[in-house]
Amino acid sequence: MFNFHYRLERNAIGFVLAIIVVASIGGFIEIAPLFTIDETVEKAPDMRVYTPLEVAGRNIYIREGCYACHSQMIRTLRDEVERYGPYSLAVESKYDHPMLWGSKRTGPDLARVGGKYSNDWMTAHLNNPRDVVPESNMPAYRWLLRNQLETGDLGEHLAALRAVGVPYSDEMIANAPNDAIGQANPDTDLAAGVTERYGDKTDVSLFDGNQGSVTEMDALVAYLQVLGHLTDAAHTTPQNEVE
Amino acid sequence: MISQLTGNERVLAAFTFLILLCVGVAMAAAGRDDLIGTHGWIIAVSAIAGAVALLRAYDAPAPSATRLSEYYDDPSKVGIILTLIWGVIGMLVGVWVAALLAWPELTIDAAWASFGRLRPVHTSGVIFGFGGNALIATSFHVLQRTTRARLPDQFSPWFVLFGYNLFCVLAASGYLMGITQSKEYAEPEWYADIWLVVVWVVYFSIYIRTLLRRKEPHIYVANWYYMAFILVVALLHIINNLAVPLSFGHAKSYSLFSGVQDAMTQWWYGHNAVAFFLTAGFLGMMYYYLPKRAGRPIYSYRTSIISFWGITFMYMWAGSHHLHYTALPHWVQSLGMAFSVVLLVPSWASAGNALLTLNGAWHKVRDDAVLRFMMLAAIFYGLATFEGSFMAIRAVNSLSHYTDWTIGHVHAGALGWVAMITYGSLYALTPWLWKRPALYSAKLVEWHFWLALSGTVVYVFAMWNSGVIQGLMWRTYNDSGTLSYSFVDSLVAMHPYYIARALGGLLFLAGAVIALYNIVMTIRSPVAVASESASDIPLGLEPSAPIAQAGE
Repeated sequence: MFNFHYRLERNAIGFVLAIIVVASIGGFIEIAPLFTIDETVEKAPDMRVYTPLEVAGRNIYIREGCYACHSQMIRTLRDEVERYGPYSLAVESKYDHPMLWGSKRTGPDLARVGGKYSNDWMTAHLNNPRDVVPESNMPAYRWLLRNQLETGDLGEHLAALRAVGVPYSDEMIANAPNDAIGQANPDTDLAAGVTERYGDKTDVSLFDGNQGSVTEMDALVAYLQVLGHLTDAAHTTPQNEVE
Repeated sequence: MISQLTGNERVLAAFTFLILLCVGVAMAAAGRDDLIGTHGWIIAVSAIAGAVALLRAYDAPAPSATRLSEYYDDPSKVGIILTLIWGVIGMLVGVWVAALLAWPELTIDAAWASFGRLRPVHTSGVIFGFGGNALIATSFHVLQRTTRARLPDQFSPWFVLFGYNLFCVLAASGYLMGITQSKEYAEPEWYADIWLVVVWVVYFSIYIRTLLRRKEPHIYVANWYYMAFILVVALLHIINNLAVPLSFGHAKSYSLFSGVQDAMTQWWYGHNAVAFFLTAGFLGMMYYYLPKRAGRPIYSYRTSIISFWGITFMYMWAGSHHLHYTALPHWVQSLGMAFSVVLLVPSWASAGNALLTLNGAWHKVRDDAVLRFMMLAAIFYGLATFEGSFMAIRAVNSLSHYTDWTIGHVHAGALGWVAMITYGSLYALTPWLWKRPALYSAKLVEWHFWLALSGTVVYVFAMWNSGVIQGLMWRTYNDSGTLSYSFVDSLVAMHPYYIARALGGLLFLAGAVIALYNIVMTIRSPVAVASESASDIPLGLEPSAPIAQAGE
């Protein structure tokens, strides 16, 4: 073995090839089957895609680095299930490009935060967390209420998501900017199109409390409120024993 | 540096700047309504600055042929300075974000100044800015010494060094503006990723071209590690960053993978960025500078072989231990755990090999803080890899994951291993490269050593405490069978440790500032010596006597 190596380390190209082969094995065996084994991702026929406003909110969540302090992955541990709700299923992040499972909980898990707090609470909390949770060390995101949401290019966002596999229809892509405005303005003509395209359960609200303008706060709150509600799979399928 | 380029290389440089300018202007035009436009201007201005420097010295006389009988070290010299500057920037931002966790009201009401945008500036600043520049600078030096061959040309090393730093600037400025993919340690968007691939291909070509022209029959261990670093980082970077951008005029892209497949790919990348960027590359550094400074050959050549291939093979399986108890299939979690535990063998073989190399030179460790930096790095490498294998065990991970324990572990590796071996190596390298008899101040190295050690210890103990307390509080039940503590209770319990952590970071930062000062003063000191330089030349012109390498 050492004699073989004695020859290998005299051959630069051979050494390069050896590194590539040896280093490729592990990743190939662990990653490739995840795309081919059917049980990896559960079936969830009721799963809906994110609305344009929620996509925009998700992008703000990414932009502000929320994932650095909040996970979106409830583990199969008893205390986590009791604290946050049913453990996360793979299917629930099927349309997440990229996933936001996170790696650190400086703040709590958010996988099922949707619906736990009112829109008013969410808006107040994001605007300055210490107004509602005095002990919090989360930053205040005051600019979210000040910034108007860029809705003009949401069609391109949906088209890019379709290119990577999310089933958006042509109609959804064409109406994306209007649907974003409609979802944040319930009593307007645009609002009806949102439930028509994304289902009756879609939350159409004054997320930031203001009619008319659509702010970045609207988008982020809409996204947070849908977390855990794209599918009921975690609630309807029996969960395995937790540890 | 322009005057060192040959005529052809100057033409090549001019073309490179022209292409870069065109790309920058095209991005600025297509992205005038998007953040990518700002990056287009940054690229264009960099190209213009480079072109101006080039044109001002364009007619300088061509370099003399005698250059070929010397090593080409100027890119390493600039790389050392950039390393130290990025180190201070990255650690300063680190101390600041640590303070924000303890006192969130310290910040100003501006998006760029919030924790979420500054944190990746810290992580990328220290990993890519500080670590990456250190690897590039030292790899060029080690490559030439261990092959006894000069770098293949004068242009490509500069292209790699400045191109890489352009990537770092795009990354850091992008985070402040809100450009991020959110993939940890792979945050830069698609165009920066493509640029890094271009830089990396040139980096590899320098390595392989120099190796093919080597005057030593064997490729020395340090180069195995540097090569593994270059090759595997390329593989990881390309696969994990596959994404579809909205258009050429948008910074935003959507990753090709989603959900569980994306999670596995990301942590395959993330863990092996630790393995091949922060471990393999720096082991290359250790295998050259530690024996050189100690004046002893590597203890065991065979152990080097076993640990190298063990690390190269097994690390690539270990990423899934970041996903214990998640929606990742159980069989992948178990594989990751098993390989993570076995990884302790090659890791400790490397650490032990380094420490045993010091046998017979312990008096030097006592007297020489530079060598002591390297010894301490090997110890921390052993401690951090033990802790890593331990934390990869499912039951342990159920407590440690999502908590500050992970942050403590990472910093035991980053401060104790990566930064210590880097500072030790740069302290050794600086007087050699600039041909100075010694560093400006040995006393300042002592100061740096003790600041770095105490800072690391304070930091790691603070995070161990907070992490374990946090993990235990989350899972504590009261007598009635319900959870004892709310999340906020656990957050309040962290406050004293967050203050201690910021203090530990501040001590380490103070050391980094001292290092920058000491090395700049060493370079500025006028004394020049010619003692070692006579033998420090490539083989080829003089009759080739076999020259013992470190480790043989």
